[in-house]
Amino acid sequence: MKISMGQSLAKLILFFAFLFQFLSIPVFPQDKELLGAGATFPYVLYSKMFDAYYKQTNVKVNYQSIGSGGGIRQLKEKTVDFGASDAFLSDEQLREFDSPVLHIPTCLGAVVITYNLPGNPQLKLTPDVIADIFLGKIKKWNDPRITNLNPGINLPNLNITVVHRSDGSGTTFVFTDYLSKVSNEWAQKVGRGTSVAWPVGLGGKGNEGVTGLVKQIPGAVGYVELIYAKQNKLPQALVKNKSGKFINPELSSISAAGKAKIPDDTRISITDTDAEDGYPISSFTWILVYKEQNYKGRSLERAKQLVKLLWWIVHEGQAYTEPLDYAKLPGEVVKKAEKIIKSITYNGKPVYQEVGIK
Amino acid sequence: MASQFIKKLELNKDKIFNLLLVISAFSLLILGVGIFLSLLNASSLALKKFGFSFFSGSEWNPVSEEFGALPFIYGTILTSLISLLISLPFSLAIIIVLGEYFKKGIFAEVLRYLTELIAGVPSVVLGFWGLFFLVPIMREIEIKLGVTPYGVGILTASIILAFMILPYSASIGKDAMRLVPNELKEAAFALGATRWEMIKKVMIPYARSGIIAGVILSLGRALGETMAVTMVIGNYHGIPENIFSPGNTIASIIANEFTEATGEVYLSSLMYLGLTLFLITTIVNLIGRLILKRLQH
Amino acid sequence: MRSYAFRIAKSKIISVILTLVTLISTIPFLLVLYFIVKNGISVINWEFITHLPTPVGEPGGGILNALVGTVILIFIALILSVPFGVLVGIFLAEKSGSKISFFVRMMSEILQGVPSIVVGIIAYLWVVKPMGHFSALSGGVALGIMMLPVIIKSTEEILKLIPVEIKEASLALGVPYYKTILRVMLPAGLSGILSGILAGTARIAGETAPLLFTAFGNPFLNFNILKPISAMPLLIFNYAISPYEDWWAKAWGASCILVFFVLTLNVITRLISSRK
Repeated sequence: MKISMGQSLAKLILFFAFLFQFLSIPVFPQDKELLGAGATFPYVLYSKMFDAYYKQTNVKVNYQSIGSGGGIRQLKEKTVDFGASDAFLSDEQLREFDSPVLHIPTCLGAVVITYNLPGNPQLKLTPDVIADIFLGKIKKWNDPRITNLNPGINLPNLNITVVHRSDGSGTTFVFTDYLSKVSNEWAQKVGRGTSVAWPVGLGGKGNEGVTGLVKQIPGAVGYVELIYAKQNKLPQALVKNKSGKFINPELSSISAAGKAKIPDDTRISITDTDAEDGYPISSFTWILVYKEQNYKGRSLERAKQLVKLLWWIVHEGQAYTEPLDYAKLPGEVVKKAEKIIKSITYNGKPVYQEVGIK
Repeated sequence: MASQFIKKLELNKDKIFNLLLVISAFSLLILGVGIFLSLLNASSLALKKFGFSFFSGSEWNPVSEEFGALPFIYGTILTSLISLLISLPFSLAIIIVLGEYFKKGIFAEVLRYLTELIAGVPSVVLGFWGLFFLVPIMREIEIKLGVTPYGVGILTASIILAFMILPYSASIGKDAMRLVPNELKEAAFALGATRWEMIKKVMIPYARSGIIAGVILSLGRALGETMAVTMVIGNYHGIPENIFSPGNTIASIIANEFTEATGEVYLSSLMYLGLTLFLITTIVNLIGRLILKRLQH
Repeated sequence: MRSYAFRIAKSKIISVILTLVTLISTIPFLLVLYFIVKNGISVINWEFITHLPTPVGEPGGGILNALVGTVILIFIALILSVPFGVLVGIFLAEKSGSKISFFVRMMSEILQGVPSIVVGIIAYLWVVKPMGHFSALSGGVALGIMMLPVIIKSTEEILKLIPVEIKEASLALGVPYYKTILRVMLPAGLSGILSGILAGTARIAGETAPLLFTAFGNPFLNFNILKPISAMPLLIFNYAISPYEDWWAKAWGASCILVFFVLTLNVITRLISSRK
């Protein structure tokens, strides 16, 4: 076998042919693929939604659940079509973007406290106890502060192993936002954010990672989206809300928490809800897009696909929420979301008119 | 006329070829320097903000934007050193067994394959195996010892690292042992040494630099290993209290937080970590190879 | 001075102990293999290798996207690193003594030691950011950088092993320099270069860290190198740290395929180089 100049030339030609074949895949299908990244909180829902969307419209949506922090960062870097986050951007964060960013809410979910104890008892917990567990001040499961709340349950003399997120997470934001509201010490020592300096505990990657760790470590406690605990048959704690009731995280209590006064741009935290029957660690989750879609050489076609997808998510897509224990968007929130989607422009012109939306 | 023209063409082709070679060589240099410069550039924000106090800072706090690398340096050094310690006795045994006792033959070959092939197993697969096999065992041990049964942690990561770096030190050390001249060995026997005494007093001292080089190179490997460590180290931001506690290495924190660093200083700090890792592993590797080169002369 | 018999006994005992320790050190490898095969082999079936993943939590589906992705990434890495690497290897073999080769060789060794996560960062900075999105190309670039030193080293080594007489005979016969290298030397050294390519492929096939922020992943099949792509190691990582048993099973199956692929390459490489 001889390698001659001719053969190397042949290799070169083959290479370019190969490259050309790849690149020459027509532009149209290329824009029939959307790329999104971010929150793991709604990943179970999005995974199902986008699979259904593909079957209905043949448009592929490639969503990677790398955490809300990742969604925000990648949107900023403009490497994705949309970011997904359960942590809405603060005014300061919005200023870091070079062009306005819109928040489109997609559903409501709950951050539940899940744990690994023999018998999977359903525990009642109060805000201060939760905060102190995650601060590392309550170290054992049979600590009087926990046993007092749960008289009928035999709590073992087991160390509490805190599990938190190792990646930049909207779930973390929601949880630490809640903790900052209900515990002064937490607010001062740790604060709220997608990534915080946890005083104690192990880190798991994504909601999946935390669930995995809690499932395997006896005595572990973590915070995850409801569906992750449910799908893995892990218990969820009843949390005492502002009105003094111990609330079970489920569709009704999540929806109740969602009945707050929502601003027009939908950026709101609904933790520590005033709603009497509301679950106190609930949250909206959003898809983030740039308002003006003509950036970095994006095509109008791509913008249209994005708008169509968003419209579908807040309408037909809502059918997939409840079977997976996410709560549907309340009616007025859908109306606000519609307004926001209609404000997406391409070169200043609203895109929704081009895709047949009234 | 035609033949003169062809000759000229060939000469030009030679020149072009030589030029191509030189360009490739320079491109490699540019590639390497480029890596350093890119990392430096990307770390500039963090460099300006923290300077060298980056390495003494023990808090990694994305909310307050205070980033200190100390916990990860701890984690990196701890896991690398412990894994070296664990692998050293096995490495020495393999070096001696394959370097002297079994140099040829089927048994030698099989043994060689079995000890070296683990280097081929991808890091992520070893991490996966570690998660499901080693971590539960560690958990049992920790329960018996009365320590919090994380399962994951510094020790677990060190054990898996030991598996991964063993073939490197073993293979290089074994080659060094096989280089010992026969005359030296026979001289030792002629003086009445037993086999073990010959190994201990003649072979090992002779092959010493090769063995050390192998150890240093496996250290270099341990420092930079990412996936298996990320999966079993527990991802804890603070300084580990003991070997059973979870932690983080420089590599694992970058892997976990890179795509999600939301702030500019945050991202730059991660790049700063990457630069640090690059420099540390480069220095360690160069030292190891330097020793190896000197051995070969 | 101890008695001779004692010293001989000690020597024999030590040899037995050392051999035992060596045998013990092979246990992890065998354990890993056993575990992977035991858990993975039952998962591998026709659906597994020909279907795409199903939504999270739903059973069924396969890893076709990851299989194809890995193949494409390896292909890109080969195209980028083999011609480049062989040329540098030729340079080092031919101009061995010069000052430049000292630095080039050192640079190659530096590159070999660069942690895979740092290579990932570099590919992100050099390809993903300018392009504006994740892509198979950036993943291929990262893997190519990792493969480069292996190709360079094996090319240089094999070329140096070829007897000088062959090169000199060719030149003496009037064959031009470039033809001597390309048509005489390279073919003579083919086994070494090939084993370098195989070794390099084995190394990068299992690499995950460089792909985390370049290839990004894709639940769909993708042949377009300008778009994100899935890969076996990425899939194994994501599935392994998830809480779903169905995903764990798939990760075992994927690990099984990946490990056997890599080990086969490794064994072939050793066989080729021992025949040298």
